[in-house]
Amino acid sequence: MQGEESTGGAFDDGIGEAQDKVSGACAETRLLDVCLLAGKVMLQNGAETFRVEDTMVRIAQASGEKAQSFVTPTGIIFSVESMDTTRVIRVRERRIDLGKITRANDISRNFCNGQISLQTAYNQLSEVERTGHSYPFVLQVVSAAVASGCFLIMFKGVWSDFLNALVCGGIGFAVSFFLHRFTRVKFIAEFCAALTVGLITILLMKIGLGHMADKIEIASVMPLVPGMLIASAVRDLMAGDLVSGTTKGIEALLTAFAIGGGIAATLALL
Amino acid sequence: MLQQLVVSFVATAGFGIIFSVPSRLLVACGFVGMVGWGIYLTMTLLGVTGIPSNLIAAFGVAVLSQLFARRYRAPVTVFSAAGIVPLVPGGQSFDAMRLFVQNDYNLAIQYAAKAFLLAGAIAMGLILSEVVYEMIRKRGPM
Repeated sequence: MQGEESTGGAFDDGIGEAQDKVSGACAETRLLDVCLLAGKVMLQNGAETFRVEDTMVRIAQASGEKAQSFVTPTGIIFSVESMDTTRVIRVRERRIDLGKITRANDISRNFCNGQISLQTAYNQLSEVERTGHSYPFVLQVVSAAVASGCFLIMFKGVWSDFLNALVCGGIGFAVSFFLHRFTRVKFIAEFCAALTVGLITILLMKIGLGHMADKIEIASVMPLVPGMLIASAVRDLMAGDLVSGTTKGIEALLTAFAIGGGIAATLALL
Repeated sequence: MLQQLVVSFVATAGFGIIFSVPSRLLVACGFVGMVGWGIYLTMTLLGVTGIPSNLIAAFGVAVLSQLFARRYRAPVTVFSAAGIVPLVPGGQSFDAMRLFVQNDYNLAIQYAAKAFLLAGAIAMGLILSEVVYEMIRKRGPM
C-alpha cells in the first residue's frame, strides 16, 4: 500500500511538473504573440519605429524576459532571449490611424503596470486590430473638404473660391481613398487624385466659377500631402533608426512627386 | 489674423479626423496647428524670411506637442503630425512643378530648392525641440 502510494505520489508530481512546463511554454508563446500583435498594430497604423520597438521590448520586460526587436516600415523581427524562436512579421499595408496607436499604447502601458493580464492584453489588442477607422468615411471626406477650404484661405486665396476648394478637396480625397483599396501600387492613388483635382479645377475655371486656379489646386491637394510621413521620418532618423528614417523619407518624397506629377499633367493640358 | 487663426484651427482639426485622432484630443490637435500657423504668420509679418519662420514655427509645434503628449498621456505624433501640415511648403512645390511643365528649368529648380529647404527647416525645428526636451528630461530628475 505504502509503496503504491509513494509511486502514485511521484507519478502525480511528474505530471504536475510536465503540466507546469507545458503551461509555461504556452505563456511564453502567448507573450510572443502579444508583443508581435502590439508591434504589428502600431506599425501598421503609422507609429514611429522606435516607439514600436520600445513597446514590444517593454511588454517582454514586464513579463521578466529580455527581448530584441528590429523594426522596419515593412516588417518586424522579434526574439525573446530565453527562447529559441525568433519570429518575423511582414507588414504590407500601412495606414495612418493615430487612434489605434494611442489605444495600443494605453494597453501596453496598462500591461506593464500590471493592471491587466497577458490574455486581456491580447484580447484588447486583437479588438483594436479588428476595428475600423474611428470616423466614418463620409465624415473623413467632409473634414478633408473643409480642411481644403481652410487651406485656401491660409494660402491667401479669396473667399469666393472657398466652395471650389471644398469640392475639389473632398473629391480628391475620396478618389485617393478608393484607389488605395483597389490597387496595391501606392503612388498611383495620389497621382490620380491630384489629376482629378487638377481636372475639376480646370473645369471650374472654364465654367467661370473659379478665380485663382493655382490656389484652389494647392489647397485641394493638401489632404494628400504626406505630412505625417515627414514627421515620422524625421523622428526615426533622430532616434537612430536610419533604415526606417530614410525609407520613410523616400516614401514621402515619392508621394510628393506623385501629387506634383498629377497636378503637372493637368497643367500641361492647359 | 483672427480669421487666419480660426481657419488654421479648423484645418488642423480636420486633418486630425483624417488621421483618426481620438475625439477627445481633436481640440488640442487643432490648437497645436493654430499656434504653429500663428507663429509662422507673425514671423512673416515681422519681415522674417520663410526658412527661419518655418523653423521656429515647427519648433513651437513640436514643443507644444510634447507638452500635450505628457498632459494627455498620448504619443507625441498624435499632435505633431497634423500640427505641421499647415507649414508644408505646398505653394513653392506647386510653383516648381508648374515651371517644370513650362520648361523653365532654371526658375523651377530655384523653387524646388526653396521647397526642399523649407521642408528641411520643418524637420530641423522638430529635431531641435526633441533635443531640448531630452536635455531638460535628463537634467530634471537630478
